[in-house]
Amino acid sequence: MIRQFALPTWGSKMTEFITAILTSLSSGAIYALMALAIVLVWRSTRVINFAQAGQAVLTTYIGYTVIQRTGSYWLALVVAVISGAIIGAVIDRFFMRPIFKRVKSGPIVMIAPVVATLGLLGIIQAIIGFIWGLTNQSIEAPVSTGGYKVMGKVIAFSSYNLLVLVAVAIAMLLLTILFQRTNIGLALRASAYSPEIARLSGIKVDAVRTLGWAIAGASGGLAGMLYIPGYFLYPNAMDLLLVFGFVAAVIGGLESLFGAVAGAMILGFAINFSTTYISQKLFFPTAFIVLVLVLLIKPSGLFAAKKSRGA
Amino acid sequence: MKSLPELEFGCLESTLVSNANLLSIKSLSVSFGGLKALSNVNLELNENEVVGLIGPNGAGKTTFFNALSGLTEVESGTLSINGKSHKWPKPHQLIDLGISRTLQGVGLFPELSVLENVMIGDNKSSKSGLISGALGLSLKDEKKLRQRALTALERVYASGIADQRADSLPYPVTKRVAIARALVSEPKVLLLDEPAGGLGAQDIEWMNSLIHNLATQCSVILVEHHMDVVMSVCDRLYVLNFGEVISSGDVEKVRRDPAVVEAYLGVNN
Repeated sequence: MIRQFALPTWGSKMTEFITAILTSLSSGAIYALMALAIVLVWRSTRVINFAQAGQAVLTTYIGYTVIQRTGSYWLALVVAVISGAIIGAVIDRFFMRPIFKRVKSGPIVMIAPVVATLGLLGIIQAIIGFIWGLTNQSIEAPVSTGGYKVMGKVIAFSSYNLLVLVAVAIAMLLLTILFQRTNIGLALRASAYSPEIARLSGIKVDAVRTLGWAIAGASGGLAGMLYIPGYFLYPNAMDLLLVFGFVAAVIGGLESLFGAVAGAMILGFAINFSTTYISQKLFFPTAFIVLVLVLLIKPSGLFAAKKSRGA
Repeated sequence: MKSLPELEFGCLESTLVSNANLLSIKSLSVSFGGLKALSNVNLELNENEVVGLIGPNGAGKTTFFNALSGLTEVESGTLSINGKSHKWPKPHQLIDLGISRTLQGVGLFPELSVLENVMIGDNKSSKSGLISGALGLSLKDEKKLRQRALTALERVYASGIADQRADSLPYPVTKRVAIARALVSEPKVLLLDEPAGGLGAQDIEWMNSLIHNLATQCSVILVEHHMDVVMSVCDRLYVLNFGEVISSGDVEKVRRDPAVVEAYLGVNN
């Protein structure tokens, strides 16, 4: 995906190549945040949360409102991340949990959460339309979106692209610490694998699952606030990001945080290189070509195995 | 995997039976719709005692464990621990009461290491979270939990496999790890649900010795189909049939009870 503010206007082969790499990293980082949000909910509740796009766009609208009132992108970013966590927790506590308690057996057990999150996506987008309207809004990037100069030439990689990469790296580091080094992370993993055993081990599984939704919501909130500068904000603004995030999560094996980021990077590179060197028309199909290839070669995803704590 | 050593501790000599009443369940009833799964079941457990809960398939043994663990709703009955009355616990409150259990199906988390599987059993005692983890403040807490988990693994002679993934273990070893997970919270009462199920003769003998040894440090309620194990390790027995206690008392008394013979063999006298 080529960002609107980073257009390569000149073109030696090498510059084109470097530009493709850097834009791949930048767009891959955004996909990674959405993929992380999807994996987090999957890991803690075994639900693919299609409402994540709605949650992310809602928190971005909240951020947009904060910017309108205070002029501060950074404050808006913090508010969006926190509100993303709260919205995620509320959705689990008052929407998903009651559904799981009522739907306990039969084939509907598999389908109900999917239908519920799809329905929720529509509801959230409708609510956004009622509150903020359907016209396109925009959020200005907090740092320069002008490409850096390398050897006298402007490349399609800006301070903003760097900010996105750093933000994703920090988010990934914090999530890795959470899951690999804390017992909250262990409880999250245990609750996902076997709620019954987790409960008998003293873990409050419902609360832990809500925490999983909250963390995913925060990740989605961060993704929205980093994605929208350079694009327009409207109720369906994150639909494509959701699709790419989902594809990236599946490529990475759905279980692994590292896999989600790696899958997103693979997707970012595949899309940017195919559109740069073959055809712009491949922007959307490339994601699915990569997905099908991965599923044919390694159906469990490229990074399904996880690191465990040893003695 | 290294072969596991023979247990060195003794058996009956080390089982310290005192008369202090630890757990008391009175008039426990459980129904599933119109079906009475447990009817007015009474059970007493003393400190450092191994009590067997036996009966034919469908007698209500696992339902009893599930009721005590909060996995099945209790219709009526009272629960006392150390003479103090308690509400029937929810599953996550079981450890708070000093009770821990294993499941028939072992129930390890396949993609976690053995150590992590055992650490989960004491997860509640840990205070470490994201901020403390990020700042390295949880290292001490984690170290303590890790050490307790390793100690629990040592108690079942499985410390050498702490780094292995649970899904790489042979079945008899998964049984030991499941027991270690139940032990890590240092329970007063351990509920063992068919610990010898699916084991070969040598492993059954090993499990016998392990249960004897466990009884030096906690009390055990054992549900088990292997009568050799039951007769060898239990101090007292309760026999369930169609959800009712049809006999109870010391092993010899129960063994000779005609009602028990009838329930198991389907014959009169």
